[in-house]
Amino acid sequence: MSSTEYKNKPLYIISSLVENKPGVLFRITNLFRARNFNIESITVGITEKPDLSRMTITTRIDEAILAQLVKQLRKLIDIVEVEVLDINNTVYRELALIKIRAKDFTNRNEIINFANVFRANILDIGKESVTVEVIGTPDKIDAFKNLIIQYEIVEMARTGVSALQRGE
Amino acid sequence: MNIRTMAEMSGAKALMDSLEKEGVDIVFGLPGGANLPIYDALVDANFRHVLVRHEQSAAHMADGYARIKRKAGVCLATSGPGATNLITGIATAYADSSPLVAITGQVPLNMIGKDAFQETDIIGVANPCTKYAFQPRHATEIPEVVKKSFYIAESGRPGPVLVDIPKDVQQEVTEIKFPDLIKVRGYKPIVDPDLSNVGKAVELLVSAQRPIIMAGGGVILSGAFSELQALAELIMAPVVTTFKGKGAFPENHPLAMGPIGMHGHAEANRIILEADCILAVGARFSDRSVGRFDEFGKGMNIIHLDIDPAEIGKNKSVDIAIVGDVKSALRTMVKMLSKVAAKKSSDNQWLKRRKELIDYFSQNIKDYPRAMTARKALKKLRELLPAESIVTTEVGQCQMWTSLHFDVIAPGTFFSSTGLGTMGFGFPASIGAKAARPDVHVVDVAGDGSFNMTENSLAVSVLENLPVLVFLLNNDMLGMVAQWQRTFYDRRYMGVHQKSCPDYVKIAEAYGANGLKVQSMDELEKAIKSALRTEVATVIDITIDPEEDVYPFVAPGTGLKDMITGA
Ligand SMILES: Cc1ncc(C[n+]2csc(CCOP(=O)(O)OP(=O)(O)O)c2C)c(N)n1
Ligand SMILES: [Mg+2]
Repeated sequence: MSSTEYKNKPLYIISSLVENKPGVLFRITNLFRARNFNIESITVGITEKPDLSRMTITTRIDEAILAQLVKQLRKLIDIVEVEVLDINNTVYRELALIKIRAKDFTNRNEIINFANVFRANILDIGKESVTVEVIGTPDKIDAFKNLIIQYEIVEMARTGVSALQRGE
Repeated sequence: MNIRTMAEMSGAKALMDSLEKEGVDIVFGLPGGANLPIYDALVDANFRHVLVRHEQSAAHMADGYARIKRKAGVCLATSGPGATNLITGIATAYADSSPLVAITGQVPLNMIGKDAFQETDIIGVANPCTKYAFQPRHATEIPEVVKKSFYIAESGRPGPVLVDIPKDVQQEVTEIKFPDLIKVRGYKPIVDPDLSNVGKAVELLVSAQRPIIMAGGGVILSGAFSELQALAELIMAPVVTTFKGKGAFPENHPLAMGPIGMHGHAEANRIILEADCILAVGARFSDRSVGRFDEFGKGMNIIHLDIDPAEIGKNKSVDIAIVGDVKSALRTMVKMLSKVAAKKSSDNQWLKRRKELIDYFSQNIKDYPRAMTARKALKKLRELLPAESIVTTEVGQCQMWTSLHFDVIAPGTFFSSTGLGTMGFGFPASIGAKAARPDVHVVDVAGDGSFNMTENSLAVSVLENLPVLVFLLNNDMLGMVAQWQRTFYDRRYMGVHQKSCPDYVKIAEAYGANGLKVQSMDELEKAIKSALRTEVATVIDITIDPEEDVYPFVAPGTGLKDMITGA
């Protein structure tokens, strides 16, 4: 399936705690491949406990497939906990680095203005480009990207979503 | 820590002691460079080692042993080609939820990743067909890894586990501790079913006019035979099985209907369409069993009981889902049922309909007007074989004919490679089954093509005194493929003729087994009787018609209602 077919489906954020040891990420990504699950982003990082990592997956799929995905993940022995976060009760952020073509002074100023509106940081200014750091929900990053696309994006790197449930 | 649980020893010795602590009495394997320390430790081990002639067969033997013992079977191989040779056997066990612990040697730790001689990333290769794969990096980890492997392989929905041990870890001599308890925090198999759902299921079953039970392999894996029978008799529901579930219910029972599916019994495929409530027990609604997912069970209430939560809703959405051990859930259902309802009478419309369907389809059975057919041969085998004998099969027409024409009477005495359909499985698996139950006859209903694939296990059967009967339905053909070419490709045969090669009697004799060629029913009867008397493996080479088809047939991509009976 091409990625555009998933665009209209709802976004889900799956949060899981996984064993922090070699081979775990391989097992998880291999499951996605073998069972044909479409994944939008996946992030893994250490947690407050040294032997556990938090893995956050975002995906756009139908609810029935989401249920299958969660059950299959739960079956993996290296996954200690899995839950689908309720988007309305979750803080989630992504970071994007975008290098934008800026041919002249006017271009540069416009880009810096857009960045200010989005509370994005300018990390680097070169003769022909500006590199911006945007932090926010994937939607906010998409919105920024759609604004500056007129200047040509030279390169972009996105981290994928990190998320935590609100409250205790 | 007391003396007995802590001692200085090598990793390989720790492996032997750990296997002993798991109650292992037999392992099947073949040595090589990377597992030599394990083979050295085997010299002093207190369990039996069976040398195979090909590692694939070691895995099938361990699998066959496991299916009959209902505890994990163990196979051993060296690194690289030894390990990859195991994979077909591991994948076969995985597809049929059979508990297996496969132990491979690996190149030393400092050579891993260097493309060393006989190095294969077997953890990576095995990942999609194992429940888990371990690679201990210190000898001290071995006891815990082995204990976890058996726990994972045998609990929940059973399956294979791989333990890949680098050679230097096998050799490392150090202080070893044997844990009494282990914990796998990411693994929480569900056992006890949710009682409220069980209650709802019972209500549905009681109110159903035309209930049917579809029993799958889960019934056999959990040994829930008496519970299933009690339930069926309480609600007077006809019982169909999946092919994997064949033998979960005595096939001579007045409620039995036999397997459904692509080559299911016609009356079973028909009656399930007429039910108003299906109780699927330890079954996964595979395409081979139910035909089209979208059509199957339309307009009926479906209750699905399975130990694997991921099976619920995977292929078929259901009305009531019960996750838990089949045996304990069925026991609860029987208890609840005996309280709410009096036992139903057997004199009702639904059971009359059952009888009608059986009578209708039985007069339709077409037997080829030959002296010898697969059907006649299998009926004769059933007649002469004691009920508690164990029967397995190869893959192809031989397998489907067994499903159709050989009634399993004692529950749990039949198994086959149903999920992966591995040619060459039956013979080594029957040897494993014989190791598990030396006191009963074990038969492999074979096809010529399949038997070819692992016939060198004759050496094991003869030398290890594990005699089995190979009941070879010899159509001199890769018959099932030929049937498809006949049916779907306008008889354009390609790659199916065996050309009478090899001579199976000579093959048997070359290994020191008995080989008997039979062409008539009289000869067959004599051959079976003589095979059951001897203590040596016997191959009965039964000549059958190369063009005999298997019917009924539900063509792939069609529904059970589209069944072709061939009549
Ligand atoms: C390892 C393997 N290779 C190929 C197949 C495909 N296949 C399914 S049935 C069959 C023919 C089996 O021939 P035989 O064992 O003689 O049984 P028959 O159908 O003739 O009874 C083949 C090639 C398979 N199931 N397994
Ligand atoms: Mg054949």
